[in-house]
Formats: sequence, structure tokens, C-alpha cells
Amino acid sequence: MAVLNAALQAATVLDELGRSGVTHIVWLPDSETGYMYEAMRASPLTLVPVCREGESMAIAAGLIMGGKRPVVLIQSTGLYESGDSVRGLCLDLQLPLLLMIGYRGYPGRGRPPADSAARFLEPILDAWGIPHYLVDSDATCHHISEAYEQAHATIHPAAVLIGKEYNG
Amino acid sequence: MSRGRREIAEPAAALQVLARARTDEIVVLSESTRQDWPPLSTRPELDISITGSMGKASSFGLGLALARPDMQVWVLDSDGALLMNLGSLVTIARAKPANLIHFVYDNEAYDTTGGQPTPGAGIADFTALALGAGYPVARAYDQLEDLERDLASILAGPRPALVVLKVASLGRRPMVGGMRPMREAFAAIREYLASV
Repeated sequence: MAVLNAALQAATVLDELGRSGVTHIVWLPDSETGYMYEAMRASPLTLVPVCREGESMAIAAGLIMGGKRPVVLIQSTGLYESGDSVRGLCLDLQLPLLLMIGYRGYPGRGRPPADSAARFLEPILDAWGIPHYLVDSDATCHHISEAYEQAHATIHPAAVLIGKEYNG
Repeated sequence: MSRGRREIAEPAAALQVLARARTDEIVVLSESTRQDWPPLSTRPELDISITGSMGKASSFGLGLALARPDMQVWVLDSDGALLMNLGSLVTIARAKPANLIHFVYDNEAYDTTGGQPTPGAGIADFTALALGAGYPVARAYDQLEDLERDLASILAGPRPALVVLKVASLGRRPMVGGMRPMREAFAAIREYLASV
């Protein structure tokens, strides 16, 4: 069932992905992006569900080698679990891959992180040298296509952090 | 080493059976199978080893198979790697790639670290796991003759298929050369696929 998130509409996110020519969304549902499922399923993009987030980068790498344009959509906690896939595949293969990361514990702009999942996300991405941009409303959705283009221009992964304005 | 189970004594001999049957399949290798495959490969330009990502060769092969349904993809996985990424069996079964064959070297040991037994040694049944995950076909071979006899029908059969090769553990061996670095192979095969 699609749940309306007034701050960030699934349709806006999908428009951004469509504008970028994305072909596949490799994903595992999370609290921040789960509400997009029905919209993603109804879109022309191919959804590839995974059992564990570390699979997603490897599947995306295979898709890219085969000429497709995937993005990965997972939660920050799954990103932590995926550390060696990020290192060994995203970075070592220089994948032009957009990581869309559900920002668990995102407290809203200017507020302190709600938990350790939120506290460590940006420092870890910084340590990996992965540029990242906050997407927490339709007004900031343009970062999706911009980060996607950056990943392809620099042949290096980039990330957008999907935050909810509320912790519902 | 003999562990009282039926197994193929020379692991490379099992891969040799596959190499003889290969035509233009893209072969995705794990840490262990890349030890034996390079001198056997008839199409090294279509080989890539996926290392340093904790057992993700099967996932990489799935992505490639989904991207190019017109190409055949072989994953030459190994039991230790697959145990690290066991959920990929379900992910692959869900995606139903009709062009993916998933071979697994099952030596019940971590040869690259000295031959220590895996947690699955003596208990894990990869064919049962694959069938339970949703693979339409899973078979295991502990004799070369049986593999040679059945391979043509496996290659012509339903996919995804899991084929377990029960091979001996040879312990830690010097790293064999002959494989291109992963990034180089990735770029070259990507370019090749864009042209065909």
C-alpha cells in the first residue's frame, strides 16, 4: 500500500530517475523509502529485490558491465553491512553508481542525529570519498539526477541520503 | 586430503570438463575457482574474477545475466564464498535469469586461508539449499564421469541451475597468475558487450 509522504513524493523521485535514464532499481525496502514500492512497481523501471544489501552493489556492477543504468536503494544500516561491497566493487571498480540511502534516524535539518545510524552515515561516506547530498523533500529531489550525473561524469559512486521530515 | 567422502580428487579436472564445453559464455569467478580456471580457459577475454567483496560473484553474475539475456553467464562460485552470500540463492531464484548457470566448487574448506573447514563442512547441502530457495534445477557431482555425462543436458536445461562440484581441498596454494585484474576485465568486457 502506498503511503503518502507529503515531504517527498515517490513520483518526484521516479521522475528524477527517469530523467537520468535509469533502467533498474536494486533495492531492499526500508522505513524511509518503503512507501515508494507501489510507485516503483508501476513505473517502467525494473525492480531487483535483494535479500541483503551487500548483494545490491554486486548486482548493480553486473548490470553496468552489461550496459544498463542501475541505482541502488537501501537503508544506511544496510550500507554499513555492505562495507566490503562498497570498497571492493563500488570503489575499486570505479562504478558510476548512484547509491540512494535511506537516512535512518534523520532528525531534520539543523537537529542532532537521532541515533548512531544517523550519526555515522555522513562520516563513513566521507571516509570512503563518496560525495553525498540530502534529499528530504520534493524541493531537494533535483540532487538525485545531479548526483547520478556526477557519478557518471566522475566514474565514481555518489550518494543521495533520503531523509524524512518526520520520524513517523 | 581424504575426508572419507566421494569427491573429485583434482578440482581443476572438474573445471576442465566445463572449459571443454564452453563456447561464448561469460565466466564470473570467485576467489577459489580463479586459482584453477586461467590455464584452462579457452576465452580468457570473457573471464572476470569478482574478489574482495565477500562472496559476491553470484550476485555479480545475476546482474550481468539480467542486463544481457541474450548472453549466457556462468558463475564459478565456491562453497565458502556462497556461504557468505547465501541469500543470493533466493535473490537469483526470484529474478529467474534464464541464462545463468551457477557452478559451485564445494571443497568444504577455506583453501585460500589454509584449508580450515567451513561451517558447512559435512552438513550443508547446497543442492537442497538451492532447490529450497527456488532454483528449478540443482545437481551435485562427485565423479568426473557423471559430470561429463550430464553436462550437455545441464547446459540445455532450465535456468537458473545450480551445479555443485564436490572437489578435494588442496589447502593453501601459491596464487596463480593469468587473470586480468578485476577492473581491467570489467572495462574490457563492458566494451565488448557494448559491441555485440
